[in-house]
Amino acid sequence: MSDMRQLLKLLGELDDQLVSCMRCGMCQAVCPIYGQTGREADVARGKIALLEGLAHELIKNPQGVQDKLTRCLLCGSCAANCPSGVKALDIFLKARTILTGYMGLPPIKKFIFRGLLTKPGLFNNLLGIASKFQGLFTSPANDVIGSSCSKILEPILGERHLMLLAKTSLHKDIPSLDTPAGKSGLKVAFFPGCLVDKIFPRVGHAVLKVLDHHGVGVFMPEGQACCGIPALSSGDRESYEKLVRANLAVFAGGKFDALVTPCATCTSTMKKIWPAMAGGMSASEQAAIRELSAKIMDVNAFVVDKLGLTPPAPAADAVSVTVHDPCHLKKSLGVAAQPRTVLSMNPHYKITEMPAADACCGCGGSFTLTHASISAKIGQQKRDNIKKSGAQVVAMGCPACMLQISDMLSRNGDSISVKHPMEIYADSL
Amino acid sequence: MSDALKKDFEALVGKANVMASESERFSYAYDAAVLDPVMPSLIVRPETREALGRVVKLANDNGLPLTVRGSGTNLSGGTIPKLGGLVVLTNALNKILEINEADLYAIVEPGVITAKFAAEVASRGLFYPPDPGSQAVSTIGGNVAENAGGLRGLKYGVTKDYVMGVDFFDVDGEIVKSGSRTVKCVTGLNLHGLMVGSEGTLGVFEKITLKLVPPPLAAKAMMAIFDDVNKASEAVAAIIAAKIVPATLEFMDNFTIRTVEDFAHAGLPVEAQALLLIEVDGHPGQVADEAEKVEAICKKMGAQRIQVAKDAEERNKVWEARRAALSALARVSPTTVLEDATVPRSKIPAMMHALGDIAAKYQLTIGTFGHAGDGNLHPTILTDRRNKDEWRRVEEAIDNIFDVALSLGGTLSGEHGIGIAKSKYMEKETNRATILFSRRLKKALDPKGILNPGKVIGE
Ligand SMILES: Cc1cc2nc3c(=O)[nH]c(=O)nc-3n(C[C@H](O)[C@H](O)[C@H](O)COP(=O)(O)OP(=O)(O)OC[C@H]3O[C@@H](n4cnc5c(N)ncnc54)[C@H](O)[C@@H]3O)c2cc1C
Ligand code: SF4
Ligand code: SF4
Repeated sequence: MSDMRQLLKLLGELDDQLVSCMRCGMCQAVCPIYGQTGREADVARGKIALLEGLAHELIKNPQGVQDKLTRCLLCGSCAANCPSGVKALDIFLKARTILTGYMGLPPIKKFIFRGLLTKPGLFNNLLGIASKFQGLFTSPANDVIGSSCSKILEPILGERHLMLLAKTSLHKDIPSLDTPAGKSGLKVAFFPGCLVDKIFPRVGHAVLKVLDHHGVGVFMPEGQACCGIPALSSGDRESYEKLVRANLAVFAGGKFDALVTPCATCTSTMKKIWPAMAGGMSASEQAAIRELSAKIMDVNAFVVDKLGLTPPAPAADAVSVTVHDPCHLKKSLGVAAQPRTVLSMNPHYKITEMPAADACCGCGGSFTLTHASISAKIGQQKRDNIKKSGAQVVAMGCPACMLQISDMLSRNGDSISVKHPMEIYADSL
Repeated sequence: MSDALKKDFEALVGKANVMASESERFSYAYDAAVLDPVMPSLIVRPETREALGRVVKLANDNGLPLTVRGSGTNLSGGTIPKLGGLVVLTNALNKILEINEADLYAIVEPGVITAKFAAEVASRGLFYPPDPGSQAVSTIGGNVAENAGGLRGLKYGVTKDYVMGVDFFDVDGEIVKSGSRTVKCVTGLNLHGLMVGSEGTLGVFEKITLKLVPPPLAAKAMMAIFDDVNKASEAVAAIIAAKIVPATLEFMDNFTIRTVEDFAHAGLPVEAQALLLIEVDGHPGQVADEAEKVEAICKKMGAQRIQVAKDAEERNKVWEARRAALSALARVSPTTVLEDATVPRSKIPAMMHALGDIAAKYQLTIGTFGHAGDGNLHPTILTDRRNKDEWRRVEEAIDNIFDVALSLGGTLSGEHGIGIAKSKYMEKETNRATILFSRRLKKALDPKGILNPGKVIGE
C-alpha cells in the first residue's frame, strides 16, 4: 500500500479511539520520554494529536508522524494514568502497522523479522552458533552482573554493557517437557520467551525448579516462537501474525490450567495485545487467541495466586534486595505484590524498596538501540534509585528490564546483582 | 518563517531547542480547550531566562506573534497560536530558585511544575495551597497567567493570593520588576497584580515570588447526602453563615454521582440528588468543633445521611470520589466540554435549575460538579464534536449557560480563563469601555501586538 487514500481510510478507522483523548495533558506527568525531553510530540497527547492531524489531512507527512511514534517505550504509563481511559498502546501499535504498511519496512528489519524471527528453527540455530563466537568480540566488564562490553561492536551497540547469549540456551538443555500435574493438581504450559531462552536460561531453570517443587505439571512444547512484539512494534503486522499463529499451533495440542511466562513483556503482549490486534485474523484463530490469552499469567502471579505462598520471616543476616516493577507487569497487568511475595520465600533476602520502583527502566525493546541516549538517561535515573535503596540485589520479573538494568549498573561500575524473583525463590529450594 | 530568522533563534537558544518540522509544530497547535488547532511557524525552548528575554526581543523586532506555553493544559485556547508565529516553551525553565523558611516565600522560574513545587514546599514543613486539578502537570507560570484556582479556593484563596511578585520581560526583552519578598509592599504600581490572569498578553514572566503558609495541623472530611439540590445549597449557605469556612466544599449532581459510581465503585448513593464533600482543617480542637457544627447544620438542612471520615483512609476515599469526577464523566462520550461559569453561592440552586432546563432544551447530557463553596460550578457537557448537529446545539447551550450565569450576577469564568474560547462574551459581562480600556493598555505595552494576539480582549 503506498496509496495516501488507503492510509487515510485506515487511520480513519482509528478515529473512534483517537477522539477519546480530551487533550488534558495529564500524561505529561508520567511519560518517561517526555520527562527527559519536555517535547509535546513525545507524550501520548502529542502522538495522538499527530495521528488525528494526519487522518484529517491537517498535516501531510506520514514519515514525520512515524518518527514521533517510534520515540516511545510502549511502557503504557500514559494509558494507566489517563483520566479519559484512552487505550494509547492499542492506538500506537495499530498506527505503527498502518504507517509501516504505507511506507514499507526498512530492509534491515525485513531481514530480521521476515527472514529470521518468523523461522524459529533457523533463528535458534543461528544464535546457537553466535553464542560460541561472541567471546571473540567482547571482554568481561562486571563480574557481579556478568556483563561484557565490546570495542569492535561499538559502532552498532554504542557504550552498552551487554549480557551475552548463554552458552547453552534453555531449549538446548530441555527441548520439551510434558509432565503430569503433581500434588498441586495443576498443570501449566510454560512459555520462556526469547530472552529467557537465549540470554537468561537460568531464569527458565529456576521456574521449572519452583514448579516441580510445588508439584505443578509442565507442558513445554518444542518450536515456540517469539511472542511477536518486536515485529508488531516495528509495524510489521505480517510477521507478527505469523508468530502468533506459530504459537497458537504449538500450544493447541496441550491441556493445561494456565500458560505462564517469566517475561512481563511476553505476558502482557499475549494477554492484552494478542486479543486487541486479532482483527486481521480468521474467526477460528480469534477464538483460539481468546481462549489462550484468558489462560496467560505472569509466573509470579501464578505461584502466589494459584499455589498460595506464605513467606517466612527474613533471617537476621538477610541480604537486602530492592524490587523494580516492570511497566508491563504493574501498569499493564496490575501485578506488583506477587513478585515481592515470591522472593520473600527465600529467608536470606529482605526487601528494601527504592524510590519510584514503578518508573520505567528505559528499555522499550529496540527503543534502547534506536534511541540510545534517551534510553540511557531514563536508565540512569533507575540506576540512581536502585543505588539509593542501598540494596545488594535488584529483582524484577522481566528479562528485558534485566538487560537494561544490568547495562546501566555495569556502566556505573556498581556491584549490585540483577535477578528474577523466581531465581531468588529457587535458590532456597 | 525565513531561514535567516530561524537561524537567529537557533543562535539564541541552540539548534537542539528550535523545532521547525511539520510534526513538531503541529504538536503545539492545540491545548486542552475543545477548539480547532492552529499551526505555529516555529517552536523555541530556551534553557535560560536570559535566552527567554532575547527570544522576546527578537520576536518583537520582527513583529512575530509570540505565544508562551507552559504545559498547554489551559481550557480556553490560551496557548493556541491564533495568528501562527512563535511558540515559546517555558518547561526548560524549571528551577526552584529559593524556598525561604524564615520569611515564608519562594522564588521560582515559570516552568516549575505546580505539584513538584508544592511537594518540595511540603518537605520543608510549609504549605502552598493552590491546587488546580491539573497540578501534576501545570506550570506555575501558567497558573499565574490564568490565576488558577483549585479545591482549596474557599478558605485559602486562589493563585493571585499567593503571588508576591512577578519579574517579567516587556516586549523589548527588558526585565520589569514588581512586588517584593515582603508581606507589605506599596512600591510603585501593582504590576504583578496586572500580570496575574494576563494570559500571556502583557508580558513574559521570568521569575515568580510566591507566598507560603504554615500547613494546617489537622483535617476532617465528610460527605453529606441530599435528595434535593436546594437543600444542599442551603446547607452551603448555612455553613458559611455560621462563620465556618471549610477548606473545601465540593458539590456533585446526580448524574455525576451515578457516573462516578459506575466507574469507580466508591459506594456512592446513586439515588442522591446532590452530594457535598466537605473538609475542615486547622488546629485539632477547632477542627473537631467545626466538624461537629457542620454535621449538625447539614442535618438541620435536610441531609439524608452524613458520613464522617474516621481515618486517613476514609478521608482519602471521600476525595478519591471527587477526583474521579472528571475521569468518570470523560469516559462517557468522545468529547468532554468542561465549563466554568461561576455564580454567587446563593444562586447555585437557580443555576442548577437553569442547567437542567438547558440540557433538556438542547437535548444534551450535562453532568455538574464543582466548588460549591465559591459558586464555581463545572457543568460538563458530554458530546461528540464529530456530530455536527449536536455540536451546534452544544455551542448554543454554552451561550445560554453564560447568559444565565451573568443574569444571576455571576461571571464567565471562575478559573479557566478567557483565551479564545470566551473572548467574544467579554463585553456581555463588562461593557464597551472596559474592552477599550484593556485594548489601550495592551496597545501601550505591546505596540506591535505580538504577545498572544487575539486572546482575552479579542481582535
Ligand atoms: C484536567 C484538568 C483540570 C484542570 N483543573 C483546573 C482547576 O482545578 N483550576 C484551574 O484554575 N484550572 C484548571 N485547569 C486549567 C489549567 O490547568 C490551568 O489554567 C493551568 O494554570 C494552566 O497551566 P499550564 O502550565 O498548562 O499553562 P498553559 O496552558 O501552557 O498556558 C496558560 C496561559 O498562560 C500563559 N503563560 C504560560 N506561561 C507564561 C509565562 N511564563 N509568562 C506569561 N504567560 C505565560 C500562556 O500564554 C497561556 O495564555 C485544568 C485543566 C485540565 C486539563
Ligand atoms: S491523559 Fe489521556 S486524555 Fe489526557 S491528553 Fe493524555 S492521552 Fe489524552
Ligand atoms: S507508552 Fe510510555 S513512552 Fe510511550 S507515550 Fe506512553 S508513557 Fe510515553
